Amino acid sequence: MPKLSYLKAMNRALADSLDSDPSVFLLGEDIRVAASNLTAGLLSRFGPERVLDTPLSEQAFTNFATGAALAGMRPVIEFQIPSLLFLVFEQIVNQAHKFSLMTGGQCKVPVTYVVTGSGSRTGWAGQHSDHPYTLFAHVGVKTVVPATPMDAYGLLVSAIRDDDPVVMFAPSGALGVREDVEFTTLAPVPLGVGRVARPGRDVTVVAVGQLVQDALAVADELAGAGVSVEVFDPRTVYPFDLDGLAASVAKTRRLVVIDDSNRTSGFAAEVLAVAAERFTLAAPPRRVTRPDGAVLPFALALDRAVQPGREQLVAAINAVLEDK
Amino acid sequence: MTADDLGRTGPDAVTVDLYRAVRLIRRFEERAIEFVRPGEIVGGIHPYLGQEAIAAAVCAALTSADVITSTHRGHGHVLARGADPGRLLAELMGRETGLNKGRGGSMHAADFSLGILGANAIVGAAASIATGAAWAYRQQGRDTVAVAFFGDGAMNEGMLLEALNLAALWRVPVVFVCENNGYATTMPVESAVAGSITARARAFGMPAFTIDGQDPETVFKASTAAVARARSGKGPMFLECLTYRFDAHHTFEHRARLDYRSPDEVAAGRSRDPVAIQGARLSDDERAAVDSQIETALDAAAEFALGSAHPDPADPLKYLYAVMP
Repeated sequence: MPKLSYLKAMNRALADSLDSDPSVFLLGEDIRVAASNLTAGLLSRFGPERVLDTPLSEQAFTNFATGAALAGMRPVIEFQIPSLLFLVFEQIVNQAHKFSLMTGGQCKVPVTYVVTGSGSRTGWAGQHSDHPYTLFAHVGVKTVVPATPMDAYGLLVSAIRDDDPVVMFAPSGALGVREDVEFTTLAPVPLGVGRVARPGRDVTVVAVGQLVQDALAVADELAGAGVSVEVFDPRTVYPFDLDGLAASVAKTRRLVVIDDSNRTSGFAAEVLAVAAERFTLAAPPRRVTRPDGAVLPFALALDRAVQPGREQLVAAINAVLEDK
Repeated sequence: MTADDLGRTGPDAVTVDLYRAVRLIRRFEERAIEFVRPGEIVGGIHPYLGQEAIAAAVCAALTSADVITSTHRGHGHVLARGADPGRLLAELMGRETGLNKGRGGSMHAADFSLGILGANAIVGAAASIATGAAWAYRQQGRDTVAVAFFGDGAMNEGMLLEALNLAALWRVPVVFVCENNGYATTMPVESAVAGSITARARAFGMPAFTIDGQDPETVFKASTAAVARARSGKGPMFLECLTYRFDAHHTFEHRARLDYRSPDEVAAGRSRDPVAIQGARLSDDERAAVDSQIETALDAAAEFALGSAHPDPADPLKYLYAVMP
């Protein structure tokens, strides 16, 4: 069976979307030469009017996409650096996201914002290593964080077809993930529907993006010690698949969240709040996150020390299992 | 090329139409202000009084297939584009029958059926939206022109300068209309803009002219030429229309007693009144007929708005998403 990489899956999702819908076009910095590899081969296939290289003008070209969407197009913007989203937070959150409500439903803004390589990129330091999906979930922008190549394909296709703005975070730590895929089985994955990445009985671990791989590795490791870990991958952090998580927790009654966000008001905090409101748990839930207010330091040992990791996850799982 | 070479004065029909438009905007605004005080319009408005010639004349130069983006001071643009005064007033009053079903209010009035892609409350934001829309329509094979209205304050927003660059670079059919009323809220343009506004636009390689924004026919000539140029594929043009805001930045300003313009300055500014300038081109009878039609229409608009239902409080987030899983 052919191996499909995460990045190649996204590339394929873009190609299929450009191919099937003439209103789809791509814009972004250095996409003509595919600096991040996301758009490799697309210029020669679809031409410079549909693979539009932009000057370094993030704020204007993000609103430009909104204008094009209002005129009936489906723009896809690539941001190669997650922190650029801070620069265009106004254009996404205060413009694109609000247009539908503010106009009383007169228009839709189907723009997709793809961040290729979000989170720690190993040695890119303070201004290139954020993973700001929580911010978009907080304001209610549809936010997806695929963990696998098949999901990267399926969620990107769905994001492009969706009539609302959608931010898709492709974590740096997931870009190298490969999986065996029969290409004919690639299909859209609906937004807002999570998946059980590994079934288990004793504890539910909610993991996002690249951390799904860590959670699966920990589950393997603990299986040897007789602990059965269920890994729940929400895939879309907003809207969140509450029913999917409820079904999992109803079975395990114990919950740990591993989340590459800062701790205060992070995504994990939201999941724990939901658990407190809705679930009956056998032990207080735990979360593994970046520290409060974290900025990623440059030195590798310090960068790694800020990342939520496997050892912390094992400790959190053990803690909720011991807590009677 | 100078502004005087830009085009010819339109036929007499245009003269009457321009008067009708500036008069409608003037009276709509005056009546809207009367609804602010008793609280029928919550949140107040940014009156367009004094700037009517620009909206009226620029929109008169467009076809029904063209589009505009507007600003926080947008009622004039929306009316000039043909929006129903009753539905605009209902929007200002937050009624379900408003243009935006009461969800947008004064600063977000939009009517997509008329090519009004929305008033926008973030200074300079809409110019990049207009640029993207115009580019997209061209890609679709349509000859749509977009007009972006903004004020002098927007000339210091980086996003607007980025949009000028994109538009010129890609020869986008967009016309940039800067309404220089002399103040960004209370900041005089002389204290805010280094160099000149049109020189900034010219630096991006587009023609840019400073014109008298108080004379509707002057604005009509210049904008007709700018729209024709954009439609012919030659790219964007920039018009700086010199105007004066007769009233406050916002209807709350009187309460705050802000002191930044001398009575002499305001009187001098008000002496060049676009409604009077255009009205002088009509006979007394013609003018009286138009005025009377407008009062009748605005009476009906007020009755419609005041009689309209408020939105159901159970629906505050209706329309937030086009689709939601």
